[in-house]
Amino acid sequence: MARPMTAAEKILAAHAGREQVEPGETVWARVDWCLANDITAPLAIEQMRAMGCERVFDPGRIILVPDHFLPAKDIASAAQARVTREFAREQGIKHYYEVGRMGIEHALLPELGILRPGDLLVGADSHTCTCGALGVFATGVGSTDLACAMALGELWFRVPATVRVEFTGQLPRWVGGKDLALFLLSQLGTEGANYMALEFAGEAVAHLPLDGRLTLSNMAVEAGAKAGLVPAGEWQSDAGAQFAARYTWDVSALEPQVARPYSPADVVPVREVAGTPVDQVVIGSCTNGRYWDLAVAAEILAGRKVHPRVRLIVIPATQDVYRRALQAGFIEVFLEAGAAVSTPTCGPCLGGHMGVLAEGEVCVATTNRNFRGRMGHPESRVYLAGPAVAAATAVAGCIAHPEEVIGGGPHRG
Amino acid sequence: MGRAWKFGDDVDTDVIIPARYLYTHDPRVLAAHCLEVADPEFPARVRPGDVVVAGRNFGCGSSREHAPRALQACGVAAVVAASFARIFFRNAVNLGLLLVESEEAVERVRSGEQIEIDEEEGLLRLSSGETIPVRFPAGAAADVQRAGGLVEYVRKRLAARAGSAGGYCSEGAMGRE
Repeated sequence: MARPMTAAEKILAAHAGREQVEPGETVWARVDWCLANDITAPLAIEQMRAMGCERVFDPGRIILVPDHFLPAKDIASAAQARVTREFAREQGIKHYYEVGRMGIEHALLPELGILRPGDLLVGADSHTCTCGALGVFATGVGSTDLACAMALGELWFRVPATVRVEFTGQLPRWVGGKDLALFLLSQLGTEGANYMALEFAGEAVAHLPLDGRLTLSNMAVEAGAKAGLVPAGEWQSDAGAQFAARYTWDVSALEPQVARPYSPADVVPVREVAGTPVDQVVIGSCTNGRYWDLAVAAEILAGRKVHPRVRLIVIPATQDVYRRALQAGFIEVFLEAGAAVSTPTCGPCLGGHMGVLAEGEVCVATTNRNFRGRMGHPESRVYLAGPAVAAATAVAGCIAHPEEVIGGGPHRG
Repeated sequence: MGRAWKFGDDVDTDVIIPARYLYTHDPRVLAAHCLEVADPEFPARVRPGDVVVAGRNFGCGSSREHAPRALQACGVAAVVAASFARIFFRNAVNLGLLLVESEEAVERVRSGEQIEIDEEEGLLRLSSGETIPVRFPAGAAADVQRAGGLVEYVRKRLAARAGSAGGYCSEGAMGRE
């Protein structure tokens, strides 16, 4: 009788050509997809050539998305993007997505419809774990690892132990995938799932829109996790599979969550930081730049104005999100409210461009990291929140619970 | 070996090398800004052979390989930490940056102290001459390091593949990733 396996173990076993694998052992596994961006691809390309490899193992299996400093913010970034672009042409890379047809990689990938549950995806970007929400074993690696994967079509993996997280109950209004992710970080800490796979389940997860599940998986890496799986299709954990830990939380009464500077795990309910004045609000990124995120923000911003002291920057994560938001009237709402709306880019999330912070400035962002200096000056401060709190904050001028802005909550009867 | 530069827990990759410098992987640029967020003096004062000593979860955050490259570009000979974040660990191993795990060393090493790391003996030597047992990457990670990094490792694999019929590779048990 075969030992029962978790979903993560099953996917790795299948790709290693093995009946079964156990946590802790290391296997060479076939990869289905290799992903890189304008920052990590040039290094990976250089390393692949240093390995003596002229051609990628399969040009149909490489996905290159110039999204971080694109549209090019300066000459050096333009040069990096060109390295990636020329490589894509030279190698005949099928999945190369240019400015105007692209999106933030982890938002674009699910839209492409090419990933299937049980696939193995490695990406030279830590938020590659986002596609775990599709039942894909998706994990971030460095550029040299990616070079190895592009050259051989294989990479070495240590089989991770799995931590199962069940969110039960029904999420309150204004509470979504980001709040679950931040709450989880408050419980596990930034190292709580280091080297492990997180597996998400439960009624509250099942009832999230796909966009919300992608947000939840996206931030698995902030707890150190190698993957953040929502098992799908036949790739489910067996009955009796061994988990390193199991957590169950009823989230029926969960408040919107906010992470304080300078750690994504320094998380409190929004009311504990309500009233903190802010200079800028960013709604976007691979974490919260999808359709449902913009829908929530538009619901709060409709008929309201961004506070005079605040700059609101809204960045649809992909061209398709942008178009759908336009058709739904959200972009009109943002412009009417006094927000800047940008073409898709990672830009401000990593302090690249499109919203870098000055010394002492405070920002509420729907992004994923609030490390010191992440969005600009080392003395700037970033609070992480979901789109509802971010939009409410933009209107109020200080960190606010959505109910304070929209009424109908406990404060306004 | 060199002087110890001490840092705390959760030194993230944005602190090791902020993303605003990732328009390049030129070692001179990376070296000029390495760890400046945590200690503005570090890039100017660090010397070849010096050792970064930090707490838990060193290198958490982004997958940027520029982080271990920046440390190497400064001449940092090794990083001693209570624990390492997963992707940083892989990147450092792949690039041949020496990683050393030891809670005790992190507690006992003083900032600015001359320390030595003895890979053969698995020891860290304090300036007083006292020694502390430390851990190094094992298994797969050690194989990759022994090969001189992942680039060399893959070169050999590709050469072997060209030499034989190729086929599926299974390299037996490797260490922690």
